[in-house]
Amino acid sequence: MEAVTSTQQTIRTRKERIRRFFRKALQNRWLYAMSLPFVVWVFIFSYLPLWGWTMAFQRYRPGRPFWEQEWVGLDHFRTLFQDELFYQVLRNTLVMSLMGLVAGFVVPIFFALMLNEVRQMFYKRFVQTVSYLPHFVSWVVVAGIVTKMLSTDNGAVNDLLMWLGIIDEPIQFMAKGKLFWIIVTLADVWKETGWNAIIYLAAIAGIGPELYEAARVDGANRIQQMWHITLPGIRTTIIILLIMSIGHLISIGFEKQFLLGNNLVREYSQVLDLYALNYGLGMGRFSFGTAINIFNSVVSVILLFTANGIFKRVTKESIM
Amino acid sequence: MRRSSHSTSLTDRLFDVFVYVFVTAVLVITLYPFLNVAAISFNDSIDTVRGGITIYPREFTLKNYEVIFSYEHLGTGFRNSALRTLIGTALGVLSSSMLAYTLSRKDFQGRRFVSVFLALTMYVSGGLIPFFLLIRELDLMNTFAVYILPGIVSAFNVFVIRSFIDGLPYALQESAKIDGANDFTIYWRIILPLTKPALATIALFVAVGQWNSWFDTYLFNSQSDHLTTLQYELMKVLQSTQSNVDYRARNMTEVMSQVSPESVKMAITMVVTLPILFVYPFLQRYFVKGMTLGAVKS
Repeated sequence: MEAVTSTQQTIRTRKERIRRFFRKALQNRWLYAMSLPFVVWVFIFSYLPLWGWTMAFQRYRPGRPFWEQEWVGLDHFRTLFQDELFYQVLRNTLVMSLMGLVAGFVVPIFFALMLNEVRQMFYKRFVQTVSYLPHFVSWVVVAGIVTKMLSTDNGAVNDLLMWLGIIDEPIQFMAKGKLFWIIVTLADVWKETGWNAIIYLAAIAGIGPELYEAARVDGANRIQQMWHITLPGIRTTIIILLIMSIGHLISIGFEKQFLLGNNLVREYSQVLDLYALNYGLGMGRFSFGTAINIFNSVVSVILLFTANGIFKRVTKESIM
Repeated sequence: MRRSSHSTSLTDRLFDVFVYVFVTAVLVITLYPFLNVAAISFNDSIDTVRGGITIYPREFTLKNYEVIFSYEHLGTGFRNSALRTLIGTALGVLSSSMLAYTLSRKDFQGRRFVSVFLALTMYVSGGLIPFFLLIRELDLMNTFAVYILPGIVSAFNVFVIRSFIDGLPYALQESAKIDGANDFTIYWRIILPLTKPALATIALFVAVGQWNSWFDTYLFNSQSDHLTTLQYELMKVLQSTQSNVDYRARNMTEVMSQVSPESVKMAITMVVTLPILFVYPFLQRYFVKGMTLGAVKS
């Protein structure tokens, strides 16, 4: 008898729960109407491409239905790992992203610290406003500007170096493979330093003035104040941003390399995405190209988790 | 203590000098290239070849601009770039804010699912080739829609706006509810006007992204002359010194032969960059706030 009532009760509560769910859904109808179309949207443009990953395990032929594709297992990955070019491209990607990571951190932090020490508010604001201007300009324009500045006929850099007497004849910067990594890194620094400094300046603004006063009472000069108060004050911001960029280490994009590179520096300029573009898409080898994309994604997710894990252990702070 | 105070002020003064020298160097390095490009674009092209143009034109002329504006693809490109910026920004801001509002409502059943569904897209992406094939399957190749549709919902933008809405007092919505307003009305009449600062920031990000993008034209619309964009045209001109010149770039080379290629390049660079320089001062005060907001959130 008791057992029966308890089952009836569960049935009743379940029914009740379902009824409550639908009543709630009805109340939420506008919220559903305002969000579900976009969920479908995100599904199409962000999740369907993930389904495309199956291509990497097939000998994909366009125009055929999915079930008629030929499955080849890990063949494309095997080809990829046997390709000598792959290792060259991987080296370029890693070196350029590491250089970008280091420069992209050190320079904006240093710039923010320096800007913070400027006392005239007008000058400070003016420099800051100008400094993030390049961020809004496209890489096409930046590549054009960099090429112009480094060009052998009347490029500003060559002109300056000649005027200073450091060199006797113009250097062909854009044709030297060994310089390509440095040029890309510096172009990135030129474009993004001011923008990346915004966050640090905001964090610096949040440090309490009483800390500086206490330091001054203790006789600390401004360099010491910067070192012992400002820098520790933005430590958390630095760590969070660092972890985020490590996660994106390998997916550095290809715009700068595409636009600044040329056939003379190919050995140094080709990165993973360009490799996928040229040797996958460009040659119609969709499956092979997808395998490159997958490699890229998997490595970045691993990097993200590793970075987060290390920093969690070191600093007891986490972003995930 | 007292002994060190003198030397401290000396270090401080030296430090000050260093700070100003460094900051001014950054200023010069940032500004000089822009001024140099502007000067060359307004300078007589034959005179430019002699070299030595710095930040002002030596022989002022508008010829370079006349020449590039006679090139018809530039007009088409300008129109398409402007259109995609306007439409893309309007739709992007509208959809992101709408989605952000639903996610800010604690009583929304689907809140958790939609948040996670959206957040995942920030970490994993299918990659270039699956995306390319998707666009082809959807028949979006050689259409204007390919500039707009894929970017309508951006997880990052949604979360930035949501964190802004979260900061608004909930009582405003409550009172509207009591007055019998539905959720869409609340969004339209109350949330939208109040989130203006956040929306301005997002609008700026989306607009700049739209205006600056060239790769989608290169990848999806390079066969359709009437769908070209300014950035893509500039890209072709800048790369035209290299061996892979297509027929339209050759057309451009003919145009270039009237004045020197360098002058043409600099003039087009100016045309592409100027719109950004114009809106920049107006939007500038918004994005610092928005940038910090987004960073705190993510």
